[in-house]
Amino acid sequence: MTDEYTDNKIETKAADSSSGSYAPPAETIPAQEAPDQELYHAKSFWTKWVFSQDAKVIGIQYALTATAIGFIGLILSWGMRLQLGFPETFSFLGPATYYQSVTMHGMIMVIYLLTALFLGGFGNYLIPLMVGARDMVFPYVNMVSYWMFLVAVLVLISSFFVPGGPTGAGWTLYPPQAILPGTPGSEMGIVLMLVSLSLFVIGFTMGGLNYVITILQSRTRGMTLMRMPLTIWGIFTATVLALLAFPALFVACIMMTLDNLLGTSFFMPEIFTMGEKLDYAGGSPILFQHLFWFFGHPEVYIVALPAFGIVSDLISVHARKNVFGYRMMVWAIVIIGALSFIVWAHHMYVSGMNPWFGFFFATTTLIIAVPTAIKVYNWVLTLWRGNIHLTIPMLFSLGFIVTFVNGGITGLFLGNVIIDVPLSDTYFVVAHFHMVMGIAPLMVVFGAIYHWYPLITGRHLNQTLGKIHFWVTFVGAYAIYFPMHYLGFIGVPRRYFEMYDSPYMTSGVGLNQFITVAALIVGFTQFLFLYNIFTSWYKGETSERNPWKANSLEWHTPDYPPTHGNFGKELPVVYRWPYDFSVPGSDKEYIPQDVPPSQVPTAKAEQT
Amino acid sequence: MFVAIIFALIIVGSIVFHFWSPWWWTPVASNWGNIDDTIILTFWVTGAVFVAVCLFMAYCVWAYRYRPDRKAEYKPEDKKLEFRLTWLTALGVVALLAPGLVVWNKYITVPENALKIEVVAYQWGWNYRLPGEDGILGKTSVGLINDDNPYGLDSSDPNSKDDILVMDADLHLEINQPVKIELRSLDVLHNFYIPQFRAKMDTLPGIITYYWFTPEKKGEYEILCAEYCGTGHYAMRGFVQVDEEQDYSNWLAKQISFEKMLAKKELDKNLLIAEK
Repeated sequence: MTDEYTDNKIETKAADSSSGSYAPPAETIPAQEAPDQELYHAKSFWTKWVFSQDAKVIGIQYALTATAIGFIGLILSWGMRLQLGFPETFSFLGPATYYQSVTMHGMIMVIYLLTALFLGGFGNYLIPLMVGARDMVFPYVNMVSYWMFLVAVLVLISSFFVPGGPTGAGWTLYPPQAILPGTPGSEMGIVLMLVSLSLFVIGFTMGGLNYVITILQSRTRGMTLMRMPLTIWGIFTATVLALLAFPALFVACIMMTLDNLLGTSFFMPEIFTMGEKLDYAGGSPILFQHLFWFFGHPEVYIVALPAFGIVSDLISVHARKNVFGYRMMVWAIVIIGALSFIVWAHHMYVSGMNPWFGFFFATTTLIIAVPTAIKVYNWVLTLWRGNIHLTIPMLFSLGFIVTFVNGGITGLFLGNVIIDVPLSDTYFVVAHFHMVMGIAPLMVVFGAIYHWYPLITGRHLNQTLGKIHFWVTFVGAYAIYFPMHYLGFIGVPRRYFEMYDSPYMTSGVGLNQFITVAALIVGFTQFLFLYNIFTSWYKGETSERNPWKANSLEWHTPDYPPTHGNFGKELPVVYRWPYDFSVPGSDKEYIPQDVPPSQVPTAKAEQT
Repeated sequence: MFVAIIFALIIVGSIVFHFWSPWWWTPVASNWGNIDDTIILTFWVTGAVFVAVCLFMAYCVWAYRYRPDRKAEYKPEDKKLEFRLTWLTALGVVALLAPGLVVWNKYITVPENALKIEVVAYQWGWNYRLPGEDGILGKTSVGLINDDNPYGLDSSDPNSKDDILVMDADLHLEINQPVKIELRSLDVLHNFYIPQFRAKMDTLPGIITYYWFTPEKKGEYEILCAEYCGTGHYAMRGFVQVDEEQDYSNWLAKQISFEKMLAKKELDKNLLIAEK
């Protein structure tokens, strides 16, 4: 790709606009500021598909790796649920195995599945296509990013095979317990976990810089920031958050590794355990919690914001209506992202930090509810007076709204410091975060896969299997987590291997069995989904170009599915936002972003 | 049609579950009934929003389902509507937050007459220490812990002499007597949690944390560790017995002070030597 054909493009477009009968100022397209990107053209199978520098291939590699480790996380959750629903029935599950399953399940799902899938998977595949770029700005670094991620995953998996097994410190890895012998996996398991996380952060930083710089520098002509699809806004803001938040996790990991291996005392005060005083002195366990949650809370939005963005686009496309209040949606994403850095200690209300912090963090936390609620209203108002196609992506989007609103309002319980006192560390918390950052984002992931699968493969996923997948997953997951809140009200603490005959639990036994059965069914359905993905790849129904009649650039590439370099000889020029659906005055039901006003002279589209 | 009905049914089902669920919190046994009140308030406000948003969504799915002859509305923004919704939400948030902060202020303000009780947490169990006659807990240090001095009390501190040591997972409290729980951990994080009292706080090695409550109902309540502390976390239990004044005094009389314990240990040692 060279810049030889870039000049004539400006001329053709300029000619276009002058010949049209309707020529608003939007058609003055800025000249290309930089020469077209020089791409690496792979020749062999290895450089094309394995050590690939094409963001689309890297995105799929990320997605497949994240999915694979995600299924391990899913199977671990089955072990936990079997123990909780039917204690003393499954002898292979001792307390140590149980706690190791809890820990690995949590860490895998939050970091290695959701973060990697949204940013590494969807980010890589969609960013260049949606902003009109040929590829990421640093394709080689992007490739290394994936391989670092893979190494991080392999290190994590290797911890299952070392003496003592993987760490069972809980996904929050709170010291001193995480590195003391009372916790399973305190020998090698915890070290491998900390190393794996550090590698993940390094790999992510390489990818993250790519996503941010590509979005800022590589947008095609006419693609102003306020014309970007909300998917890109969500991924962009989430990546900025991740670049600022992950360093806190990184240093915490390094410091704890030093405490563990070299005997430093960053997080370790004077400790008396197993009949002797340890050599540590003067460290602070709360310092770790601050570092962890300074990463951990933005992490929630690192997962949520891409979901917010993607679901906005899915709802708009499948309801054939513009996103309601686009500018408000963009600002809400940015404000939520900014606020997410000053709410972290709401995870620590009963940690023993100075109780006066409670006032500050409760206030900032509840303020976040305002921009978040605006987003919810706007999703629902996008449906209002739309023309709703109940396609599978739309079904998952609706499922997202219900689970997200449910999980969001229980956040108002936990964020309000005094209400958190009885509820923290109970099943109410478990139910809350699974609903809001487990199920809700997964609904979007599934919806997005059904939506973009035709773009990637040229084929549709099987619709019948898809409908079964949606209904079982949505209703099943709701049946798991909605009643679980009530276990928390009773006072059942989380991370309990079993409750024996505690008076709190006697009424909850049946409920726990019900939840376990539901979890097994929902888990099994995910294998059905996996089956659908693999079989549809080669025998799914062939998709015509742009099957959902969407406006954003990824559906309007010269080759379908898009090939290396994305946009053939010429990069597209953008004239409008991606939400010109059902524009009055136009005979076209939708107007793609690269259609100049001169081609739709009668359309009364608003200036964007 | 079908889809809209299912979504509506899920919302209605949630409401039915909430009101008819047999799973609800245990009756409050401390002064923190107003924590329950703030939860109830939050339930009504947020529950109404949840039901309204989701039922409206189900309505839209039904009313604006795809028809070939229907054309969706084109309306990028409605400033007035967005403005109103924003302020309405902000108002709701203030209504939830303000009472919550008032109760929190109460939670962190310990009354003057509160009896100080030290809870010592370790992997995996509970011990307690009462201040004795002087009402002051003596100084402690991890470095002083040994078989003869399991709490690591500083014997040079005069306040420590009359401290009462309860080396048992079960604790007795006097009804209607406010207590300030001072939390100390010897090893890792724990959390002293009794669901009926609603209150909780982590215990940490290296610092003393606290919270307070007044037990207001006689009875026996289970103590649960509520901060993950290793393999034995789930077994880290104990009991609190809330007694009338007389029963409490009887229990207290049976406990031994630090001074007496030291003397007894000394005596035992001498006896052992004499026997030899």
